Amino acid sequence: MPDLGPHAGFILAAYGVTFVAIAGLALAIVADDRKQRRLLADLERKGIRRRSAGAAKPARPARKKRS
Amino acid sequence: MPSLANPTRFLTLVAAVVPWLTALTAILFATGLYLAFFVAPPDYQQGETVRIMFIHVPAAWLAMFGYMLIAVASLGTLIWRHPLADVAAKTAVPIGATFAFITLVTGSLWGKPMWGTYWVWDARLTSMLVLFLLYLGLAALWQAIEEPGRAGRAAAILALVGVINIPIIKFSVDWWNTLHQPASVIRLGGPTIDPSMLIPLAVMAIAFTVLFVVLHLVAMRAEILRRRVHAMQKTQVEHAALAGA
Amino acid sequence: MSASLALLARDLKLAFREGGAIGTALGFYLVVIAIAPLGLGPDLNLLARIAPGLLWVALLLAALLSAGRIFHNDYEDGTLDILTCGPLPLSLVAAIKSLAHWITTGVPLALLAPLLGLLLNLPQQASPFLVLAMLAGTPAVSFIAAIGASLTLGLKRSGLLLALLVLPLYVPVLIFGVATASAAITGPASPWPPFLMLCAFSLASIVLAPLAASAALRIALR
Repeated sequence: MPDLGPHAGFILAAYGVTFVAIAGLALAIVADDRKQRRLLADLERKGIRRRSAGAAKPARPARKKRS
Repeated sequence: MPSLANPTRFLTLVAAVVPWLTALTAILFATGLYLAFFVAPPDYQQGETVRIMFIHVPAAWLAMFGYMLIAVASLGTLIWRHPLADVAAKTAVPIGATFAFITLVTGSLWGKPMWGTYWVWDARLTSMLVLFLLYLGLAALWQAIEEPGRAGRAAAILALVGVINIPIIKFSVDWWNTLHQPASVIRLGGPTIDPSMLIPLAVMAIAFTVLFVVLHLVAMRAEILRRRVHAMQKTQVEHAALAGA
Repeated sequence: MSASLALLARDLKLAFREGGAIGTALGFYLVVIAIAPLGLGPDLNLLARIAPGLLWVALLLAALLSAGRIFHNDYEDGTLDILTCGPLPLSLVAAIKSLAHWITTGVPLALLAPLLGLLLNLPQQASPFLVLAMLAGTPAVSFIAAIGASLTLGLKRSGLLLALLVLPLYVPVLIFGVATASAAITGPASPWPPFLMLCAFSLASIVLAPLAASAALRIALR
């Protein structure tokens, strides 16, 4: 690391805040992703099917398509 | 992108692409940081603190890029009714807002050693602050409307209203700034960017962009799965109710 | 044309009958300007310098407070559904309601401003320009507020959410509005360039905002 001069604290603080912010964001996103995948796997194990996954199911009232 | 309109196909694409993009991000950041600290020379005016620019400028670009992405996705929601458009818009909000926040904080930390204060109301920082507020508004609106269809369309209108206003706001802030600062031209980037700094800047910019894409894709997957989970949980409740009744 | 005028007359009548809405906005305006010096100190020179900005910011907040009622009452009692089926296009309905808001809120606030300027030692030569700027800028305030009102119809905490959504969009109005008044105070710069830009922004808002507001209304009514 070269000598960062008299304002080294500010430079390191800037990089530090950036790292923390990005890491926090990434962790939140990845944790959410993992959680949804886990919930989905749980529900599929229990045999719940999505309508367009095409399993035999009693007729249900039509739902609005996700659009 | 009609081929990507199918959520299931999109999820397959994400699963295939994300590992490679993550690796690419790491490589780009490693390269960029090395260039930023060991290759780029200190600025003759600003000394070492110019290295903050290698975060501040790409973060500013990505904050704006994020909002443009949201605006295009909003058109997709309202006009073409693309099924993934509102997912793209919703998930881009926290990412873009984070980059806006990083721009403001690094700008502040850059400003303190330069001009002695943690905040200056210069045109670019002020415009970025307003952009951050626009992001907050989008986040608040998404949060306030429970029904995802209505939320997506309302947020799309707000995003388009915002994107039309952004040039006007930028113009008015620039105008306001020259009105109140007739003397020195304070520009955070410095009057010119030396070519020896351009390459580290470019590498960092690309690194941050790929990072944005990775985070956005993963977030979109999470949102798509969340909606499926929600639908299946509703089915579960319905079955239980039927069985109980 | 007669349907438009009928709707406008109805909205104006309702607003005046309600009375409290207009009075409350004016009262809020007065209260904010009255307590500001208590926080800033009685230095008349300081107050004179910040008077245009303070008067404008307080006006924006007062106008936003009453923005919720642009569509709220009609949404609650079903009139809005009827209006969507009526002879007037929904964007025209939104425009007329925004106009009604301007007449019943924007204009009174603008006319009250010089009086409140006395509390802030606003220089006399600035008063007419301040009123002119406010009369020119408050249409934008009302018409953009209608976008916020239509987006937040029926939501919890809609008042605060509306303000959060709409205030960043007011930045040009604020900048050019204050500049018009300040230019009259601080000399050589002419107040007319910012004034004209303010007029342009208002005109653009009058034309474009109802389109966004009506789209948002359709979403809320679905």
